[in-house]
Amino acid sequence: MSELMGLQQKKIHPNKFTLWVALGSIVMMFAGLTSAYIVKRNQNGWLSFELPRIFWYSTLVILLSSLTIQMALRAFQEREMARYRLMITVTASLGLLFVTLQVLGFMSFQESGLKMIGRGSSASYSFLLAIGGLHAVHVLGGVIALLVMFFRAFSKKFRSYSIVPVEVVATYWHFVDILWIYLFIFFNWAN
Amino acid sequence: MSNEAIIQVEHGAGQEIHELHEGHHHHQSFITKYVFSQDHKMIAKQFLITGMIWAIIGGLMSVLFRIQLGYPDASFPILEDIFGHWAKGGKIQPEFYYALITMHGTILVFFVLTAGLSGTFANLLIPLQIGARDMASPMLNMLSYWFFFSASMVLFSSLFVQTGPAAGGWTVYPPLSALGDASQGSKIGMDLWLVALALFVISTLLGGLNYVSTILNMRTKGMSMTRMPLTIWAILFTAILGILSFPVLFSGFILLLFDRHLGTSFYLSDIVIGGKVLPNEGGSAILYQHLFWFLGHPEVYIIILPTMGLVSEVMSVNARKPIFGYMAMVGSLFAITVLAFLVWAHHMFVTGLNPFLGSFFVLLTLLIAVPSAIKVFNWLTTLWRGNIQFTTAMLFAIGFVSMFISGGLTGIFLGNSTLDMHLHDTYFVIAHFHIVMGISAFLGMFAGIYHWFPKMFGRYLNSTLGNLHFWITLVCAYIIFWPMHYEGFAGMPRRYYDYSSWESFKDFVELNKVISFAAILSFAAQLMFVFNFFYSIFYGRKVTTMNPWHSSTLEWTTPINPGHGNWPGEIPEVHRWPYDYGKDGKDFIAQTTPVDESESKH
Repeated sequence: MSELMGLQQKKIHPNKFTLWVALGSIVMMFAGLTSAYIVKRNQNGWLSFELPRIFWYSTLVILLSSLTIQMALRAFQEREMARYRLMITVTASLGLLFVTLQVLGFMSFQESGLKMIGRGSSASYSFLLAIGGLHAVHVLGGVIALLVMFFRAFSKKFRSYSIVPVEVVATYWHFVDILWIYLFIFFNWAN
Repeated sequence: MSNEAIIQVEHGAGQEIHELHEGHHHHQSFITKYVFSQDHKMIAKQFLITGMIWAIIGGLMSVLFRIQLGYPDASFPILEDIFGHWAKGGKIQPEFYYALITMHGTILVFFVLTAGLSGTFANLLIPLQIGARDMASPMLNMLSYWFFFSASMVLFSSLFVQTGPAAGGWTVYPPLSALGDASQGSKIGMDLWLVALALFVISTLLGGLNYVSTILNMRTKGMSMTRMPLTIWAILFTAILGILSFPVLFSGFILLLFDRHLGTSFYLSDIVIGGKVLPNEGGSAILYQHLFWFLGHPEVYIIILPTMGLVSEVMSVNARKPIFGYMAMVGSLFAITVLAFLVWAHHMFVTGLNPFLGSFFVLLTLLIAVPSAIKVFNWLTTLWRGNIQFTTAMLFAIGFVSMFISGGLTGIFLGNSTLDMHLHDTYFVIAHFHIVMGISAFLGMFAGIYHWFPKMFGRYLNSTLGNLHFWITLVCAYIIFWPMHYEGFAGMPRRYYDYSSWESFKDFVELNKVISFAAILSFAAQLMFVFNFFYSIFYGRKVTTMNPWHSSTLEWTTPINPGHGNWPGEIPEVHRWPYDYGKDGKDFIAQTTPVDESESKH
């Protein structure tokens, strides 16, 4: 059995592997959207814009949340369950804060006259909502995963000491963080 | 060995007891055994039967529009009794006709030949042929089916809304699909279509993730990648294609939904409907076509690659010969997978695509002929001087090769942008893709069903009905699609409602009748298969030996009716590749047999 465990440690856990493939799939979706954006930008009638300040704050928030999820992972490794629970709660709250800031950002963008939807909207602006909104949905997915982890950590029935689920969620969280950084840079400097 | 450890970690201690008593299965309720099952074999059957129901619906639709095309002047009062105002006066109405061809395409391409085919054989064969107890994540696997099921429900319900299901061709190009006011088929039916397809994409992704993860991580001891049967290689590449291309389609759909409901202009510009000018400006309908075909082209390989794997396996077993050129087969599957992503714009030669850019797509498209021809050559040389067992599965496998050659050759015509200018959107295209990915995929799928039915249900399909099924299907398929090439050369456009009023196409009225007759006959033959299928599940001849086809692969080392976990004892170890047939005077050597010192090399 110990030999088996050794073998297992060298090989990547199937769930983690599945996650990485899934991330590849999400990358393809955003690659499709951002390349559509680039194609459109090079056509006539493109309107360039500047991102509202609020998106800078949301970027800071999501960066911070990456830090806290890493701390949660560390706490789990050290079996400090109280700190672990605190850290995933903080991360989930930061995730929700991020999504709220994004929504506020979209609203201020729309209200400043750069119409993303409705009559008189321009595809140049709509892309921000379509791509940014889709990203926010992915962050929400991460928040839901964190909530599941949170209830599991308190559950009496589930006593799991496997680190795999925590690692999977942490990897996903870092991924949506990096994805937003990419989109942020993209929207700031690619129009 | 390693995957056993993983299952134990995942399911806790309960699993160990479960494995020990595999012979007399622990009690499962009806719900967990047949409905929300996490057993890959049951999920495979769920996919298969759901796919069959869809195939009957989609096939029936083709019968209906073939009635219109074959007999445009006749009236069939019974149609009005069934379909009401959709068939006023016993004649199929133009809106109904357009909805029928749209749904026929959607159902057959996605719900039958993607989910029904990959879902069935990936689930059935991956764990059984690589030596695993189940998929990497049985839970995701179950979810994959239930997302497919809910997609099916949404699409099915769209058939019953007042304005009818989506109409506008299975590609749902904007601006038509983006504007509810533009046509009946672009109203609520189109929304349901988009929701159904979104659910479908999720199902495919969940399934595909699992297939890739299982194949790469859960193989039994000794099952190196080059000892995997070609079915598994084909499924692996299919899953990779799906994982990388379906998300792009998804993003195209999201933008389309934005245009439909949020007043955006991703795809819309300068449109006038009924004299009213729309405010949308600056969008590009071509953008959708790029996003769609970036999936759309890999999609045809998602359909055909699994059947290539099934056919390779069935052919080798029934020719009692090793598959010719195993590594060349794997290499060409890989080459097709890579090229699939680089050819999408050949569907768009007439959209005003830059001809210089187009020439690259022509080159890459024609390059696909090379791996395809390698595969055909290898199948033919596998048959060459083989001891061919003409089982029903083998007939279908040979039929597949015949169809694939016929359909593949016309691809060379269409891949040339200059020729495509003339042939685009004519019946030539219809003939090409139906033969090369419709009929071929069906024949390959039937080969798989007839071959693995004993593993699925512990009984055989009736082979007399099977042979009849094969010959009627093959002959009718050629009668239906061969003449369409001539119609296409003459410029007869696809999707038209009635050709008899066109001076140029009047001559084809009689030919269309012949095609319609063959289409109805072949549909009847498929119903015969459906009867055979369900009859044989309950009353078919029982399988009495573990390995009825004398096959060397792992799935035939399991009990006749394997329980959840597949092997009662330990998972067998693999010592050789899967195609040792007719070697050193032996009929076949199972993969589990250790290599003998005196054995010759293959």
